[in-house]
Amino acid sequence: MADRGASIDELCSVPALLARNARDYGTKPAYREKEFGIWQVWTWTEAEAEIRAIAMGFLALGLERGEYVAIIGRNRPAHYWAMVAAQMCGAIPVPLYQDAVAEEMAYVLDHCGARFVVCGDQEQVDKVIDVQDRIHHIEHVLYNDKRGMRKYDHTHLHWLKEIEDEGRVAHSRLEPELDRRIAELTWDHTCVMLYTSGTTGKPKGVVLSNRNIIETARASCEFDHLGQDEEVLAYLPMAWVGDFIFSIGQAMYAGFCVNCPESPDTMMTDLREIGPTYYFAPPRIFETMLTNVMIRMEDAGDLKHGLFKHFMEFAKDTGETYGMPRYRKKQSKPTLRRRVRWAYRYAMGIGFAIETIVENAVRLFFVKLRHPVKTREHFRARGPLLNLYPQPLRDYFNYRTGEVLVYGPLKNTLGLSRIRVAYTAGEAIGPEIFEFYRSLGINLKQLYGQTEASVFITQQPDGQVRSDTVGVPSPGVELKIAESGEVFYRSPGTFVEYYKNAESTASTKDPEGWVATGDAGFFEEGTGHLRIIDRAKDVGKMADGRLFAPKYVENKLKFYPDILEAVVFGAGREKCTAFINIDLTAVGNWAERNNIAYASYQELAGHPRVLETIQAHVEEVNKSVAEDPMLSGCQIHRFLVLHKELDADDGEMTRTRKVRRNIIAEKFADLVDALYDGSSSIYTETEVTYEDGRKGSIKATLEIRDAEVAKPAQNGQVAA
Amino acid sequence: MNMVSYEPYVTEDGRTIGDAVMELRNITLRFGGVVAIKDISFDIREGEIRAIIGPNGAGKSSMLNVISGFYTPTEGEVWFEGGKRPPMRPYQVARQGIARTFQNIALFSGMSTLDNIMTGRITRMKSSLAAQALWWGRAQREETEHREAVEKIIDFLEIQHIRKTPVGRLPYGLQKRVELGRALAAEPRLLLLDEPMAGMNVEEKEDMSRFILDVNDEFGTTIVLIEHDMGVVMDLSDRVVVMDYGKKIGDGPPDEVRRNQDVIDAYLGVSHD
Repeated sequence: MADRGASIDELCSVPALLARNARDYGTKPAYREKEFGIWQVWTWTEAEAEIRAIAMGFLALGLERGEYVAIIGRNRPAHYWAMVAAQMCGAIPVPLYQDAVAEEMAYVLDHCGARFVVCGDQEQVDKVIDVQDRIHHIEHVLYNDKRGMRKYDHTHLHWLKEIEDEGRVAHSRLEPELDRRIAELTWDHTCVMLYTSGTTGKPKGVVLSNRNIIETARASCEFDHLGQDEEVLAYLPMAWVGDFIFSIGQAMYAGFCVNCPESPDTMMTDLREIGPTYYFAPPRIFETMLTNVMIRMEDAGDLKHGLFKHFMEFAKDTGETYGMPRYRKKQSKPTLRRRVRWAYRYAMGIGFAIETIVENAVRLFFVKLRHPVKTREHFRARGPLLNLYPQPLRDYFNYRTGEVLVYGPLKNTLGLSRIRVAYTAGEAIGPEIFEFYRSLGINLKQLYGQTEASVFITQQPDGQVRSDTVGVPSPGVELKIAESGEVFYRSPGTFVEYYKNAESTASTKDPEGWVATGDAGFFEEGTGHLRIIDRAKDVGKMADGRLFAPKYVENKLKFYPDILEAVVFGAGREKCTAFINIDLTAVGNWAERNNIAYASYQELAGHPRVLETIQAHVEEVNKSVAEDPMLSGCQIHRFLVLHKELDADDGEMTRTRKVRRNIIAEKFADLVDALYDGSSSIYTETEVTYEDGRKGSIKATLEIRDAEVAKPAQNGQVAA
Repeated sequence: MNMVSYEPYVTEDGRTIGDAVMELRNITLRFGGVVAIKDISFDIREGEIRAIIGPNGAGKSSMLNVISGFYTPTEGEVWFEGGKRPPMRPYQVARQGIARTFQNIALFSGMSTLDNIMTGRITRMKSSLAAQALWWGRAQREETEHREAVEKIIDFLEIQHIRKTPVGRLPYGLQKRVELGRALAAEPRLLLLDEPMAGMNVEEKEDMSRFILDVNDEFGTTIVLIEHDMGVVMDLSDRVVVMDYGKKIGDGPPDEVRRNQDVIDAYLGVSHD
């Protein structure tokens, strides 16, 4: 193992990479953040100076080697710096989810035993102070945003800037110590500890070493040819492994610039302003974007609506061929000679095109004169004039026209114009959503990953992208499929252990380094692509032995802009049923256009016409599910529209917005029963948690509807 | 004659309340035969949040208009920062460092949030009309300075996402926030808020309360507040003036006022002869 990466042995830690970047790319931007309406820029040299100052500040406060430093806050350069600064001191950063309530935070803070906590703002400090009387090992709380902090007791509370200044002042004393600690870092030192979002049970602390992070970053940068000039927008929760790999691992390895949005609300505007070339988002973000586009197209005039429909229909088949960004070739600056050559070629090309068209027209004119009847027959058969050109060329012209009229402006509005590589992961994305973006010419790909693998297990190479697979094993990753269908992997990115949890480590990772993913999948014959069916725990059998894969149906449902979230039940039952969450933006917009008045989410969700619409969607989904012989049993027989949005604060979803199936089934047991006992409505009371932690309850009477079930495809019955 | 004098003290949450900045002496305001305000005196101390409450038609807004110089009191004196204030036009008062928000939103609805807040800087702009029109010299430098100040306010009020949105398109709660931003842009010494929370839902009220406290805390701005929501008033303010039918019926810290029998009568309704 040790010889792996020997060629870059001196770059075996994030601080070492930082030093290299400051040396090689000193004047290039490293971090940007929009503050006070302007993008503030830090070059690599400046960033290094800042990070070192923070690190020395930590040393001045007495940060020891091997300690854990918790970081809670939204994506801001200072928070990333604090993480790297902690690494410089030989400590281990532990980023936490900033929207977690104090209770959730308490568990993680207690578990990692952090003495230092870096908070983003007053809100986070309050939460930490809240739990401090239970967790006694927290000694120093640092904060980044000074607002509202003036009247706090500052004996154990420090402003990050002041700590930085202290570090600068004491630099002659602390610099040698800092350099010594940086030099001590090796491949096997822990780089970061990340807590899993906990789809099931308590979060577990995943320990990732420098080797895990840097090897993974290197392999993935090479896989997608990521270079120094990429732009990324850091907006995903810092506690999520994805953000750590992209905004620290890959950014440090490749040396590209990390852009931080001004506030979570301005994310879309900032995305447009930055125009990232490399983008990463969970399916949810892509779904929301698509919903917004669809809503706005509904409001648009007939001409725009028609154009959009026409060209999107056209792009479905051709986008893959004509839309994708070309592979980037390293090229030096254009010389005068090269420019002249380009100009000459363009001029010749245009000249030739004009000549061809004129010539064709003239020839056609004479042909018509001579054989009027024959010509008419001939051209009726071949269609309009453009048909003189072969089909691919015509498609190309059409696609370019679409690019000018629809795709280009649309991509610009979404802020995706410059994308070279975009990834979606975390959950399966609906094929229709995926194809929408692909057909626009956005190189959206899927990857399959886990915190335990430092993200990458499989990913799709350019040119082999399909919505139903998650791609081939990433470089350096070995895969095998157990008899039960569960996917196992082994890679340089495989985590070291679960912190303070040897039992879980042993049950997940065997002595040879194979890790169980917990997902069921299979390799597709011929292509070698991995297909994930579902979480191994979720895939089940229905009462009559047919396969039950809830995710598959849910994703089909979620394609409709009106449906935000769906939960399908059916394991061990006769038939499938579903909970559905409406999307307030989409349905609200629809209601406005149809003069439907409503006072609340609950009222809108229970409106008979909304139910009708949803029922139509469910029935369409049933039809499309019935076409798949293996899954035809998963058609939804009955459904209800939930009176509240599923929310992470109520524990119904994880912080990364994945549905917690078991908890929902337990919490809404009365509703599930009603779905199966044939009643047509049910009265229910649900406890909800508000953002400030208070609890309340919602009462509602929900209508349960029966959906029409399609007949399974004929060949399906034969196969079954 | 001098203004009343107080010893500064520090509140429980660490704010310093200083000497009186404004004193109103025996203010009476008449419109023809209607007496809007009848012989009212009170003072406002530096750094405090002073609430004026009372039932509808009690004369609260008229009082605020007297302070902001929109009305000249028929009788009585307004003392501000150590001196007696002569009758003034509202813009002169604004230059002295008094800014206000309105009960009914009075923003330029076609202009963006940014521009609206920028108008609050008007009293601090020094470049001439010609320089502004030609966009030359001082005007350019000033624009940068003022933009910076405005951006700080935008950041403070967390309205970055609507920076460029025309305010007419914003929901009510946000418009109120923009209006507060415009008042803050003048960097006032005394901020007058006329029902900042009228017509808001609970969440918006909570946000607004937090901003008012933060303004007071961060910038040390003295605030005079008219509000109907008693919960808000009692939580926010340091001292409360209670008005009813143009007369002052109570004055003091919230707890004291709450126990005042006249106040209870005014709010619960007792027949007036």
